[in-house]
Amino acid sequence: MKITVEIQRFNPESDSKSYTQKYKVDAEPTDRLLTVLLDIKGTQDPTLGIRKSCAHGVCGSDAMVINGKERLACKTLIKDVAQGEGAVIRVEPLRNLPIQRDLMVDQHKFFKNYMHVKPYFMSSEEPKEKEFRQTPDERQKFEEGTKCILCVSCYSACPVIQEVNPNFLGPAAIVQAARFNDDSRDEGFEERLLQLDYPDGIWPCESRFECTRVCPRGIKITKTINLTKRKIQQHKS
Amino acid sequence: MHEYEALIVGAGGAGLYAALEASKTGKTAVLSKLFPIRSHTGAAQGGIGAALGNLEEDKPEWHAFDTVKGGDYLTDQNAAILLSEDAIQAVYELENKGLPFSRTPEGLIDQRRFGGHTRNFGEAPVRRACYAADRTGHMILQTLYQQCIKNDVVFFDEYYVLDVVMEGQRCSGLVTVNFSTGEIHIFKAKAVLFATGGFGRMFRITSNAYANTGDGQALLINRGVPLEDLEFYQFHPTGIRGLGILITEGVRGEGGILRNAKGERFMERYAPTLLDLAPRDMIARAIHSEIQELRGIKGDGSVDDFIYLDATHLGKEKIEAKLPDIAEFSRTYLGVDPADKPMPVHPTAHYAMGGIPTDLIGRVIFNSQGTTYEGLYAAGECACVSVHGANRLGTNSLVELIVYGRRAGQHMAQYVKGADFGIVPPDVGEPARARLAELQSQRNGPDPESLRQEMQRVMMENVGIYRNGENMAKAKNTLGEMRQVYTQIKANDPSKAFNTQVLEILELGHLLDLAYMMTACALNRQESRGAHAREDYPERDDKNWLKHTLAWLEDGKIRLDYKNVDISRWAPKPRKY
Repeated sequence: MKITVEIQRFNPESDSKSYTQKYKVDAEPTDRLLTVLLDIKGTQDPTLGIRKSCAHGVCGSDAMVINGKERLACKTLIKDVAQGEGAVIRVEPLRNLPIQRDLMVDQHKFFKNYMHVKPYFMSSEEPKEKEFRQTPDERQKFEEGTKCILCVSCYSACPVIQEVNPNFLGPAAIVQAARFNDDSRDEGFEERLLQLDYPDGIWPCESRFECTRVCPRGIKITKTINLTKRKIQQHKS
Repeated sequence: MHEYEALIVGAGGAGLYAALEASKTGKTAVLSKLFPIRSHTGAAQGGIGAALGNLEEDKPEWHAFDTVKGGDYLTDQNAAILLSEDAIQAVYELENKGLPFSRTPEGLIDQRRFGGHTRNFGEAPVRRACYAADRTGHMILQTLYQQCIKNDVVFFDEYYVLDVVMEGQRCSGLVTVNFSTGEIHIFKAKAVLFATGGFGRMFRITSNAYANTGDGQALLINRGVPLEDLEFYQFHPTGIRGLGILITEGVRGEGGILRNAKGERFMERYAPTLLDLAPRDMIARAIHSEIQELRGIKGDGSVDDFIYLDATHLGKEKIEAKLPDIAEFSRTYLGVDPADKPMPVHPTAHYAMGGIPTDLIGRVIFNSQGTTYEGLYAAGECACVSVHGANRLGTNSLVELIVYGRRAGQHMAQYVKGADFGIVPPDVGEPARARLAELQSQRNGPDPESLRQEMQRVMMENVGIYRNGENMAKAKNTLGEMRQVYTQIKANDPSKAFNTQVLEILELGHLLDLAYMMTACALNRQESRGAHAREDYPERDDKNWLKHTLAWLEDGKIRLDYKNVDISRWAPKPRKY
């Protein structure tokens, strides 16, 4: 089917502000949007800036705003976002981070916040046996957080960062902290508590569920944040 | 100029493990063209093999034997024994670093069956693959990156290596470009490890990421380093129809069955003992034969015909618990819930058994005697130890990353303590700078996209699952001509910063060099062994070909030599399953 892809463009070396460029393409309804974007890049406009790698939704490189919603371009089929001949798909870079070029944003702040929560396993002692024992139920308790691919979608969609507090730690960092806090083998809760329990830490979250809505891994982010808040409150009282 | 004692190129499983080890004593940095957690290790699904024996009796010796037999006896047996013994410790270390393995009811690391992994030298499938649902690679990558953060490993994200600084047989640094500025950065080092992964992107249908373009291998061949056993390339039997996205062997490990258009479990005819858990090369060929003999689902024998991977009898609960990502890929890309309907699949280009030749501690080898360079290491898919021989078993790629990435890193840590920095001339970056300037000289040149597509077509049609001399000779000529055309390519994008087009053109050059070499090596090997199946030489020929190929690219010509295979433990036998 013939569709139009409207892409927000910006090249810091030649543009003073972003603008929209339209490309007409012939695509199959089952094509991945990423394939269509790369086809545009390969045959119409090689200057189009885009990050990509695995192309099937596990590396987290190609999150962008598609028809107003954060999605992975490789996990979005044309039929998901364009209905019928002549449909228009609008593609923009992620929000809440500086644009580097076209669909690429500067993710340093996102990763800085991620690293801030000490997102790594901490244990003071060696396991008694070769492995730490953990039952399937204990393992299941932190399943949600292990699915995160750090694609930045939730950070981009967060209305609190956008409207209330640009310094908010953001959803992904909290999910990563929870992944370890809820792991029966881990002993880093108190250290991580200090990284979450401050005004720009976990508390700005207003449970607006945008993060949960856009997460391409289906993580119940808002719920995880609320459970973490409760865990901190219980610990303090 | 940056100065680090140890430099790691590539931030997948092998690179990150090596970095963790090297940074214990040496000032270490990791250079990666991707953000580290985007590396392709994260796409590995089914498991990591180790004879823990958590569910049934298992021994490293059995694992080693399976690896050797799976590799059709081209595996170096000393390397396979080391692999299977170290695998146990490596898996426990990963668990101790927090890796969230799936668990048995007793709380131990759970294990599942995988292709070619057997008990007692081939009797029946064994539960050896340790796994974290179907996200084992993701968890390994995450865990190692987390540990690197904990240990303050230095990262240069989105730096792309353009050249390797060699002083004779010694590596003393790297020339790189910073993607965010387009500026050249020179790194001086005592030791450099390449862990840059595979090159599946030379094929039209592949499970590999866009990033898998063989950069490390190609950079080194341009510095006179040979590559080993390049002719052995694995097609994974079950890629999503048309897209090539991997559907893990873990589906069959959990009981999934391959069926043709008649609904037959056709592996009964090809591998009566192991059936759907036979090694990948045999299953890929079996699928190919079923399609050729018009028993594919379409039944027309066409290149896009396919067969079914049936997991419906496993039930929704088991699929969602053990194979959740597969279920989601299937729903997203095929519109099929694997609990309700079988998944349409066909083979997909997946893994390079060959690569940069190394010894058992990751040092790069430069001749048939096994002499090594100083300060130059390789590990992971880009390397060839050789543990995979002519065909890799499922899960052994992750095992190799961890075992040999760790060993190389440990040796680097020791080596840099006693070594001095070499000499890096101040103008060492000039050829790379000139190359970039030439690429961006804004003259007209051939179109890179059509060249890329043509390469992918030529490789898929002529150097795929089945090969023959006539077609490969033609393909080699075509690829040689394409390499000439390539030299005239120009980038239309004049920008310095964030120039993805320039990187993609460089990557295409790497793929073309490797495709050309692979075709030459495959043409040269006149036998069928493992993944290398010649229609004109259908038998394995141990008398003439039980040897590793070493290949050099010199002024556009291929030079070949050979290296002995370690067969010190098991005498080669016919390979039946």
